[in-house]
Amino acid sequence: MFNQFDVLETIEMVEKEHLDIRTVTMGLSLLSCIRGNAEQTAQAVYDLVMKKAENLVKTAEGLSREYGIPIVNKRVSVTPVSLITASFPQKSALIGTALDHAARELGIDFLGGYSALVHKGTAEYEREFIKSIPEVLARTERLCSSVNVGSSRSGINMDAVRQMGEIVKEAAALTKDRDGLGCAKLVIFCNAVEDNPFMAGAFHGIGEADTVINVGVSGPGVVQHALKFVPEADLTDAAEVIKRTAFKITRAGQLIAKEAASRLGARFGIVDLSLAPTPARGDSVAHILEELGLEVVGCHGTTAALAMLNDAVKKGGVMASSRVGGLSGAFIPVSEDIGMIESATAGKITLDKLEAMTCVCSVGLDMIAIPGDTPASTISAIIADEAAIGMINNKTTAVRVIPAPGKTVGDEVEFGGLLGRAPVMPVHTGDASKFIGRGGLIPAPIHSFKN
Amino acid sequence: MRAVVTVTGSDRRGIIAKVSNFLFERNVNIEDISQTVLGEQFAMIMMVDASESAADFAALAEELENMGKEIGMNVRLQHAAIFDAMHNV
Repeated sequence: MFNQFDVLETIEMVEKEHLDIRTVTMGLSLLSCIRGNAEQTAQAVYDLVMKKAENLVKTAEGLSREYGIPIVNKRVSVTPVSLITASFPQKSALIGTALDHAARELGIDFLGGYSALVHKGTAEYEREFIKSIPEVLARTERLCSSVNVGSSRSGINMDAVRQMGEIVKEAAALTKDRDGLGCAKLVIFCNAVEDNPFMAGAFHGIGEADTVINVGVSGPGVVQHALKFVPEADLTDAAEVIKRTAFKITRAGQLIAKEAASRLGARFGIVDLSLAPTPARGDSVAHILEELGLEVVGCHGTTAALAMLNDAVKKGGVMASSRVGGLSGAFIPVSEDIGMIESATAGKITLDKLEAMTCVCSVGLDMIAIPGDTPASTISAIIADEAAIGMINNKTTAVRVIPAPGKTVGDEVEFGGLLGRAPVMPVHTGDASKFIGRGGLIPAPIHSFKN
Repeated sequence: MRAVVTVTGSDRRGIIAKVSNFLFERNVNIEDISQTVLGEQFAMIMMVDASESAADFAALAEELENMGKEIGMNVRLQHAAIFDAMHNV
């Protein structure tokens, strides 16, 4: 049973501290849509999404009203599209357009899964598919794309890493009138997960059931607020406060996920235990770290504070949910977090510090604007570094950088909405092109042989 | 179905009467009421049973919220399950 203070606490979390369910994401298998040609397949894909996700938005809005918890995004993830266009890869764009069309018709915020999994090697059809990504992202509105280039089990596919550096540049060039927005919808992963509800990296893994509901929770503001009450607590006690708060947040996610799955005739997949910031003030992961005693996020001590935060969130969340998955941890996207934006604008956080932070949290170098003239090989090298962190540490890492067309350090990119804005950050200018040009596979690490 | 009505805002006369009457008309049974005043903020919490109400729960919540706006208060109707989930292990 709960008391009146519990009720008022929940209401305060929602109304003053930005507690929300960040996303209810329906995962859909497209494997049944494969037909003899691209046109028929595109039609089958469109029909399937329209049928299965028909009530997603309406159901989520109903749940939001009944439980008094905002549900910010309604999303769909699908089977990596490269798998269903294997026999007509040059026409993959048709599937992308059909998916985007369905998302717009249904009022879905983002649809993820224009993806390829090439962590051990790239098939010819996958190489062709990947080539289509920049143009598809430029032509579509809600479609998101991801490519998995490495794993702890297989190593890092450096041929794919090289190609992805070029693809990121092209995606920026084709959306240069929108500050390179295409790159904000493209994630390059190591150890990609099959049940991630968050964008832009969501796809529906082939090991999943055909229709699944995954939920991502949020609430950095709630954690920050809880820490305000214990300004003198030592870090053991502070971790305990974070754990307790994460428990409450996750329980809300678990309830919504189960109810949504039941109403939509889908399986309850997982709750992703994440602290996902937004550009709104009071909804920042960076500000939690500052609440713990850092003058500004990015200073020495940031990695340790983040490690503690990330771990405490997981401990509280695991206790609260019967099925945990996705990316689960604190997100540190620069453009989507007001504390990060301000620190980056003031030059107080660097790309190198962000890279260190990705060793201890979810997920990677995320939503970072870099100079538009950054060579493709440097972007590939950034991807390789991040993938190496993921591979060696058995965790998911990712890169979502935006080489801002025509812009350089001191300029800013602006995407609006949840994608936010970001100052262009400097990258190292030393040349990695020979290393990247070698290609091949960085072999799987020794600890991958666990049999 | 168990649900919770919360009313917050500046204290003024007749709030309980207004909300109770609204719920009575819609066949929602009030099981418990508590109220506190935090500074100048008034907070009333009602445990209710809405299972006899003919109205759709989401529609009822919206109607109640709108009624609250008319009297200058924040009025919410939520499933009790959300509080049970968040505040009990």
